[in-house]
Amino acid sequence: MREIDVAEVSSAVARLAEDSNYRLSRGYMARLENVLSIEDSDDARPVLEDLWENACLAAEGEAPICQDTGVAVVFLEVGQGVHLVGGDLAAAVDAGVSRGYRNGYLRNSVVGDPLLRENTGDNTPAVLHVDVVPGSAMKVWFLPKGAGSENMSRSAMLRPADGRRGVVDFVLETVEGAGASACPPLVVGVGLGGTFDLAPLLAKRALLRPLGAQNSAEHLAALERDLLASINDLGIGAGGFGGRTTALAVHVEAHPCHIASLPVAVNLQCHAHRVGVVEL
Amino acid sequence: MTEIRLETPLDPGVATALRAGDRVRIYGDIYAARDAAHARMLELMERGEVLPLDLEGAVIYYVGPTPPRPGRVIGAAGPTTSSRMDPYVDALLSRGLRGMIGKGARSPEVLEALAHYGAVYFAATGGAGALLSRAIRSEDVVAWPELGPEALRRLGVEGFPAVVAADSHGGDLYTSGPERYRSRRPSA
Repeated sequence: MREIDVAEVSSAVARLAEDSNYRLSRGYMARLENVLSIEDSDDARPVLEDLWENACLAAEGEAPICQDTGVAVVFLEVGQGVHLVGGDLAAAVDAGVSRGYRNGYLRNSVVGDPLLRENTGDNTPAVLHVDVVPGSAMKVWFLPKGAGSENMSRSAMLRPADGRRGVVDFVLETVEGAGASACPPLVVGVGLGGTFDLAPLLAKRALLRPLGAQNSAEHLAALERDLLASINDLGIGAGGFGGRTTALAVHVEAHPCHIASLPVAVNLQCHAHRVGVVEL
Repeated sequence: MTEIRLETPLDPGVATALRAGDRVRIYGDIYAARDAAHARMLELMERGEVLPLDLEGAVIYYVGPTPPRPGRVIGAAGPTTSSRMDPYVDALLSRGLRGMIGKGARSPEVLEALAHYGAVYFAATGGAGALLSRAIRSEDVVAWPELGPEALRRLGVEGFPAVVAADSHGGDLYTSGPERYRSRRPSA
């Protein structure tokens, strides 16, 4: 049995909160450079240039990438051979969020009650997902999720007869309905199957994948390619004034489902695709 | 590309001369307000009380900035989604508001109100919070500090970059831009 002190989890969360809000991944920057080089719209190119310059300024520590530093979405993968000691796990995650948002000069964007709407003052609590997996390792993922793209995300219970075509139509309707509000070029997470609750979680999990990494199932990888091409055919473009690249990547995650169901969920991620991960 | 220099408060003739697609640089004071500050302004107006800002010719920027790092005026300060403020627009325009800065399409009612009052809607690059903060040279909280990032603020801007997204003549770049792009593509 391997012991991990929850204080280590706090430290990891705090560091990831700060890092992910200032620095985009190398893979992301390469993709941005690529879409900038092929953009043929005079309306979209200045937006992409702004995003490039903005990412550089943020990486130098001037200010976070975006003022919406998000709700802290934390995924933990805990090996079955890990014994967590030193206190309450969820409290440790929240302590990390609180510290990371304070040290990083990040915005507190959480209200304690959805109707009373009083700011909690330290961006806690996190939205926490914990999975127990084989092994003795622990992985911490941090996804600061902004509301611009989250508010435009959707899910539906399609009929099995709607099939692949129904899924494609639903994803396209979602992206088109979001327009510029979700801050394209987007990363599009799609969850297929499971139950009413699981499909959106699959869609969110899909955002954790390295940008553009394909699903290992060939028919789902093909769906990702087709969706990306169709989304970019919408012509919404960076900033929403028309352009070649509306999405940078589409990631699909699927799960078995009921014989009578075809749940689908689309979790939109803005171009500030901030994801941090560390293994303890 | 030519950029139009704008100074606040906006004169009526200046606002109505703008056309969707124009690139502008804004100089002067603008006001930062988003959901909660809008709700408070409306409450005051409904009660017939005085607003903490002069709306005549004013420009409101839909933004809730991050806290400034030491030695800086403001943190990241990019636009939030404008459509959430759509329900408040008519009342504010009727009191003299002449410009709004945000991101994303507006409702048909807002587009009509722009024409009716001779006002304009600007878009700033969504998600470019660090870059846009560079044009902000001063910041002070005008009202409701307890709202934190949602407090009503006065921002002194120099050359704040924006695009006219919707004008007072029915022009709407969020509709016309993608349409124009699709129509000139070889596959179309």
